Amino acid sequence: MIVLEPRPQPSRALGLLSPVIAIGLTLVAGGILMALMGRPPLQALEIYFFQPFEEFWLWLTLPADEAAMWLYTPSEVVVKAIPLALIGAGLAVCFRANVWNIGAAGQYTLGAVLGGWLALGAPEGASGIWLAPYLAAGVLGGMICAAIPAWLRVRFNANEILVSLMLTYVAALLLDWLVRGPLKDPAGYGFPVSKDFSESFVMPVLVDGTRLHLGVVFAILAAVALWVMMGRTMKGFEVRVIGAAPRAGAFAGFSRDRTIWFVMLLSGGLAGLAGAIEVSATVGHLQPQISAEYGFVAIIVAFLGRLNPVGALFGAVILAVSYIGGENAQIMLKLPKAVTGIFQGMLLFFLLGCDTLIRYRIRLALPGRA
Amino acid sequence: MENFIISMIIAATPLLLAAMGELVTERSGVLNLGVEGMMLMGAVVSFAVANSTGSSTLGIACGAGAGLTMALIFSVIALSLLANQAATGLALTIFGIGASGLIGQSFVGIALDPLPKLAIPALSDSTAFGRILLGHDAMVYLALALAGGVAWFLSNTRGGLALRAVGDNHDSGHALGYNVIAIRYLATMFGGACAGLGGAYLSLAYTPMWAENMTAGRGWIALALVVFATWKPWRLVAGAYLFAAVTQLQFYGQDWGLPVASQFLAMAPYVATILALVIISRDVNLTKANAPACIGRPFRAER
Repeated sequence: MIVLEPRPQPSRALGLLSPVIAIGLTLVAGGILMALMGRPPLQALEIYFFQPFEEFWLWLTLPADEAAMWLYTPSEVVVKAIPLALIGAGLAVCFRANVWNIGAAGQYTLGAVLGGWLALGAPEGASGIWLAPYLAAGVLGGMICAAIPAWLRVRFNANEILVSLMLTYVAALLLDWLVRGPLKDPAGYGFPVSKDFSESFVMPVLVDGTRLHLGVVFAILAAVALWVMMGRTMKGFEVRVIGAAPRAGAFAGFSRDRTIWFVMLLSGGLAGLAGAIEVSATVGHLQPQISAEYGFVAIIVAFLGRLNPVGALFGAVILAVSYIGGENAQIMLKLPKAVTGIFQGMLLFFLLGCDTLIRYRIRLALPGRA
Repeated sequence: MENFIISMIIAATPLLLAAMGELVTERSGVLNLGVEGMMLMGAVVSFAVANSTGSSTLGIACGAGAGLTMALIFSVIALSLLANQAATGLALTIFGIGASGLIGQSFVGIALDPLPKLAIPALSDSTAFGRILLGHDAMVYLALALAGGVAWFLSNTRGGLALRAVGDNHDSGHALGYNVIAIRYLATMFGGACAGLGGAYLSLAYTPMWAENMTAGRGWIALALVVFATWKPWRLVAGAYLFAAVTQLQFYGQDWGLPVASQFLAMAPYVATILALVIISRDVNLTKANAPACIGRPFRAER
């Protein structure tokens, strides 16, 4: 019989190692899946997970004039990682408080909607300064969408998991209605798209020849700020205590309701910001498909980062690599897009399984010996 | 009106199947948020099997098996490895969306004959009563029979007592000599098989075809239904039919001339879910009375 034996202290080494082990196991399981699908496993894994890094390596090591051509893939990885990191950092804090906001996709959508509404309604020839209210509108949209489950949870004890999730469908339908109705571009040949945002509402590109945009600064700032907050401030302590031991938190005078409001608005605001940034940087108008699934994938990002906001930054890069790799594999190996989802789901399975090793050690217990 | 009731009964069936399974899972103290993923796997596997073999019965059985297998993955990670149940359930859903998309890619755009109706010639056509209550396909009645079976099992059998004991206090259950983990494995797998059946109903009867993400949140609505029913099987039946009525509004609303854009009508089931949760949850006594006290808490036998 295999039994789990609690460790006296959670293992620090395994705390850092468990995401690495989980990634390794995902690669092995992914290779088996590829073999079952009749694709060469090693080549497939190389395309998925190593090629994006290889080009990054070339860009770092080659002399400047030759390196430029290898910049595109790494920059695309970062572009994909930006929304994932923003949402993931917020969710990491939220999950730490044992509050399960899984409707980040809806908050992301509403952030894009409110930002887009401002961008489309702004006066002709609006200056670049309008980008600030645009992003603020995104944050506000996300917060509004997160405030509903927060309020219903605090006031009526309604489960925030289900309420926030239901709102993802509502938000998607709202966006769908807007781009087919009030915000539809009359010159859009009947397609459900809004007018393009004007120049001032497009996130500035940081490096010529790529799509790498200002959002990366926001993502890094958010991650570092939240990391400092969680580790160094009273608020972060409050969030951690309420999450780990709500009764102890109550004795210390911390309010569970206030914490729910705080983490929901925080994670919702960041998801809304991510939505506004993503739509402005990579789409340029409103349309039914704005990659709202980032809101779900960011849950994996938060866990891959071990619910640490800076860890989520790394998690976002790894998930972004799997997206880029998935796109390459679609072209080179004719693999369907759904495979990326399988990889992501397996990664979360293995992560959760490996996290057990941090708190428990595995023992072989022989029957009859106690 | 008659058509409305008939379509309501059909729309309620997948919700009822999936939610009844989850009710059993939750009564044993396990919160499996992966219903959506298990339903999708049930839908795609049953469609694939029915399409390849021509046997819808075999398809339904394999759909249940697919849901059960998914629940087994959940059980290993959440029950044996003591991982966070909420997160494991989410992983199951993410995995299910991907895996069903992969399996189903070669079946997109194929239509299948819907499940045959069980018609009693003289009765099921001539009267409104007959048309509404009789003459559905077998799974409509299977879902109701399942509800009756679950209600009887939970309240009238030793097994049901053990399951509820383990869900309400796993330490006491363990001290009484019940194998907590084994009971929870079985309850979770039953829930998975039922979710698989719910999915099978969607792809074989409700809309006899496969489309990516065709459950459209029904797995999550099933989870909310369990709360709405305060973990009681008969209330769950009533809840499922009530919900299905709301869902049908989107199809009948425009016929009835409601001056609302179709997207807002399509929001109805999701908004109704939120309202239902609020109405039930605001009364703490109502939820606390029947909620399994150990729900979502991992159990590890000390000795």
